Amino acid sequence: MDDKLQKPFYAALGVITLGLLGWGAASAGAQGIAFGLFTALTLGGSLICVWERSVVRSAFSLMGTFTGVAGLFLLLGADFLAVAQILIYVGGILALILFGVMLSPPDLAERKLSRVLGGLALMLGAVAWVGSKVAGTVAWATTDELPEPTTKVDEIGVAFLDPEGYVVPFELAAMILTVALVAAVYIARRKASDLTDPRAEERA
Amino acid sequence: MNLMALEAATTGNAFTELLGGIAPEGTPTWALWLGAAGAGVGILVAFVSLVAMFSVWLERKVSAHIQCRYGPMYAGGWHGWAQTLADGVKLLLKEDMIPLGADKPLFMLAPALVLGAIFGALVALPLAPGFFFADVNMGLFLILAFSSLTTIGVVMAGWASNSKWSLYGAMREAAQVVAYEVPLGVSLFVPLMVAGTFSLTEASAAQSGWFGMHWFIFQNPFMLPAFIIFFIAALAETKRAPFDLPEAESELVAGFMTEYSGIRWSFFFMEEYAAMFLMSAVGAVFFFGGYHSPLTALFPEEATTGLLYQLVCAGTLIFKSFVGVFVMMWLRWTLPRLRIDQVMSMGYKYLTPLALVCVLGAAIWETIFA
Repeated sequence: MDDKLQKPFYAALGVITLGLLGWGAASAGAQGIAFGLFTALTLGGSLICVWERSVVRSAFSLMGTFTGVAGLFLLLGADFLAVAQILIYVGGILALILFGVMLSPPDLAERKLSRVLGGLALMLGAVAWVGSKVAGTVAWATTDELPEPTTKVDEIGVAFLDPEGYVVPFELAAMILTVALVAAVYIARRKASDLTDPRAEERA
Repeated sequence: MNLMALEAATTGNAFTELLGGIAPEGTPTWALWLGAAGAGVGILVAFVSLVAMFSVWLERKVSAHIQCRYGPMYAGGWHGWAQTLADGVKLLLKEDMIPLGADKPLFMLAPALVLGAIFGALVALPLAPGFFFADVNMGLFLILAFSSLTTIGVVMAGWASNSKWSLYGAMREAAQVVAYEVPLGVSLFVPLMVAGTFSLTEASAAQSGWFGMHWFIFQNPFMLPAFIIFFIAALAETKRAPFDLPEAESELVAGFMTEYSGIRWSFFFMEEYAAMFLMSAVGAVFFFGGYHSPLTALFPEEATTGLLYQLVCAGTLIFKSFVGVFVMMWLRWTLPRLRIDQVMSMGYKYLTPLALVCVLGAAIWETIFA
């Protein structure tokens, strides 16, 4: 948070990134390098998001996180999910976050080192707690080779509209989004009373 | 930035095979893959630079002739063909200026991000049956996703410049692109329904019949309105006139790139021309037969794997794309700029509902007649 801490923080991030890349290259070749790169993007983006003093920089650093997650999806063979992640999170949601953040006044005092460290500790604690609960109970499928990407978009499309498949959740999501859109328009809409000049009576 | 190039490199392709032949025995495979990814990125950079150079020259010539001038005539001898080359050298040698009040890291990152996004999108564009970086299963989806990334770069540039003009340009860009992404995507559903695939290679291959004229635009009556909607939305996506509000020079100096100079400034221009080429190419693939034309239909079946056929295909698609680029330039030097409220109401109130009507109509038509 302190400007003095800025350089050590970014140096540490760089070292971690290099470490991840080297570890990936040593353990799994090109896919390992890609995994290391995307992990570094995801973790680095989220760490900068918490760390940075400027809210807009935090918002921009989320782009690294979203892109890194998309890359991880790609490595898992879920290429549709990866591209959807970029299109929706980076192209849509991040643009909206930025729109909101740029319009709001900067509040630098909010971000003190103690608060950032407290937030980090809280987050790490939550992750550790959930991780310890999940790690022991889930039967993880492990494999030495990552699968070839075989996703077909048409299969996903058919599954969405298949009565035996996901048609009910799909249509419900569509309904909720439509209702949200209509509600947003209703709230943002100018009423007729907003458009009349408040000083009109005075003048009369 | 180049996720898909990496993906193509890790699954093995012509580059890795080629490098494997040259490299000494015992080179680790990941080094080959990295080399292949590097070669792919190098070819992309060269391609984008060439497209941008030619487009800038074309823009100056088209604008000049529309205004009864000649445009550049001296550099290089023949009709000033080397003018952009000279400009490029000049831009490279210029002093790199970063305003004192700017957010330096973001200011430097923004042009690279904008250019990187357009490289990512170009990866999915096949120039001929055998000329592509990655035959991505969901090519069109990828192109739309990466071209929406350029918006973030523009917003970053506008904010990091710490100037009112830049910030206004960035806000306009964000609002405009979010509004026009919907009609752009929805109008493309119409050819997608006929093609049945997101892959640009497969969509092109599906239009080879009728002596090379089995184009999607002739398939049903909703194609032409869908194409017009697509073209208008593509103009707005690429910030071209009459939608060039983010850089409106009569109001905002140069919009989001007011504070940029030298090579960083030229990155924005390379992105703009590469995006115009890309959008025209997408239009050519999904409406106008891709790399098929009566010329490519002349080749007998057994010649379609040869290099000559590939070159003719690539030439066809590049020609079609530049026809689109030419129309965009023609419009820019003919039409006045819209106001921001006109841009918004056009996108939300007219283009989006019209695109939805086209999709519905095409769906009904395809169910009944196809």
